[in-house]
Amino acid sequence: MAFYLTLGIVVLILVWLVVMYNGLISLKNQVQNAWQQIDVQLKRRHDLIPNLVNAVKGAMQFERDTLERVIGARNRAVSAKGAQEAAAAEGQLGQALSRLFALMENYPDLKSSHNVLQLQEELTSTENRIGFARQLYNDLVARYNIKQQVFPTNLMAAGMGFALADYFRIEEAEKASPRVDLSLN
Amino acid sequence: MRCPSCGFVQFDAPRCKQCGALSPTPRQPVASIVSTPGFSGPATATRPSRLVRPLNLYDQQARNRWKTAFVIGLFMLLVILLGYGVDRFVIGSGFSIPLWDGSPFEPSRARPSRQVAFPVATVAALGVGTLTAWLGYRNGDTLVLASSRAVPLATTDLKSRQLDNVVEEMAIASGLPKPRVYVVQDPDPNAFATGRDPAHASIAVTQGLLEMMGREELQGVIAHEMSHIRNYDTRTMTVTAALLGTMLLLHDWSARSGSWRVRDSSDRKGGGAGQIVLFILWIVLVVLAPLLGQLIAMSISRSREYLADASGAELTRNPMGLASALRKLQEATAPTRSISRGTAPLCICDPLHHRLDDGKGFWADLLATHPPMAERIRILETMAYAGS
Repeated sequence: MAFYLTLGIVVLILVWLVVMYNGLISLKNQVQNAWQQIDVQLKRRHDLIPNLVNAVKGAMQFERDTLERVIGARNRAVSAKGAQEAAAAEGQLGQALSRLFALMENYPDLKSSHNVLQLQEELTSTENRIGFARQLYNDLVARYNIKQQVFPTNLMAAGMGFALADYFRIEEAEKASPRVDLSLN
Repeated sequence: MRCPSCGFVQFDAPRCKQCGALSPTPRQPVASIVSTPGFSGPATATRPSRLVRPLNLYDQQARNRWKTAFVIGLFMLLVILLGYGVDRFVIGSGFSIPLWDGSPFEPSRARPSRQVAFPVATVAALGVGTLTAWLGYRNGDTLVLASSRAVPLATTDLKSRQLDNVVEEMAIASGLPKPRVYVVQDPDPNAFATGRDPAHASIAVTQGLLEMMGREELQGVIAHEMSHIRNYDTRTMTVTAALLGTMLLLHDWSARSGSWRVRDSSDRKGGGAGQIVLFILWIVLVVLAPLLGQLIAMSISRSREYLADASGAELTRNPMGLASALRKLQEATAPTRSISRGTAPLCICDPLHHRLDDGKGFWADLLATHPPMAERIRILETMAYAGS
């Protein structure tokens, strides 16, 4: 009797370990996938910016400074290495972009250009996608971390090689930046 | 200025457009509204915001699986019942197949010895029913889209480009694959989602909705539809819509064949009281089955609309976007003609604008396909205030 009881308990513990391990692995992959999604959208942002700058260059000759700052920030963001540097560069790019959008309001010609409106819509969407990808990533990180930290998983998670994931934080530089409403309402 | 709770930048209004958190500056007039009992007032407004997360998301998915199975089961039961009734009352004692004695290889010596009743109609109905249920499950979305004459979105002009982008954004926010996007040529604003799982999902909006809604409102509507997909509401509703249509067809057909049978049975053998009682029972069941199916479909669609509103707001972190869209939908009172009755429970607002939908209480909950618009808007606005 005692033998079967022990066997039962051992089997239960094994089942729990398997379920826990698989749950953590699944979440870990979702977290990585969400991180990839942020990357994809940042890449899209980098690809769209030269098009926008080319489209508005003619009408906005007097804003050469702003345009150059956008291109410069974009190039720094493309060549940034490491998460820290990339986050800082993306923050500056966001700032430069918002300044460009604010100035574009002064040029009514641009508002009537289909090409510019379309590029503006694409960039608005990209900014939103980055935001939503970040939101999903942070939600998943929260779930992943909570799952590792609750009892009794916390006894085993670290031993199985799981580590807490980092949140994607908004850089201080970007936090201070003003941004305009780009919606085409 | 930037929202202290979620970091969203368009924080010039009294409330944050993204998470609904109140401005921490005390001069905002909204603060006085919020400092009623139940809300903790501006003191806590700077806390990190969390919308009420629908904890029963997985419950809802499980419930939807169960309900889909129930609807399919009910449909199969009706079909078998119909087949059995035809065997019993129309063909009589059953269609007989002769059994042969002797070896089939010596046909000259073989002769029929006895007859065995074979329930031919029951078996045929079972086969047809299984096929229909399977087709309804696999291709229900195609049926629903075709019946409302939805065409794939052509991303040529700015507005349709915007719709496509918004769908992509909501797919990213929910972590699901991007559904296919369709447009229904109808000036009345409405939208629905269909498909048996998130990998085979479609979202359709009417031309009227596309033209009427701003970007944030469109986002709210698409987030609501995306939640239906994530909760597997679309599967239940699509299967129900497809099978209910078939049930109604079968129902019409059986009613016609039934009246022919009543005359016949009294003429021929005198039938016997038992036969007639059985026959009446059969007719009652056949008549009631589609009604029962419809009742189930309707009673479950109310709670799922509230849930989709809530989890949609969770996706956009902007309950006011959907609230504003719902207000526009409420003002539009012309019926959406392109959307058939079977598709109605799938839509974001009742395409027929039934007055019953504005009611509350048991009967309204039972019979209306959609919750009252005013109530939905109120809940979303509360969410925006209580976001802190």
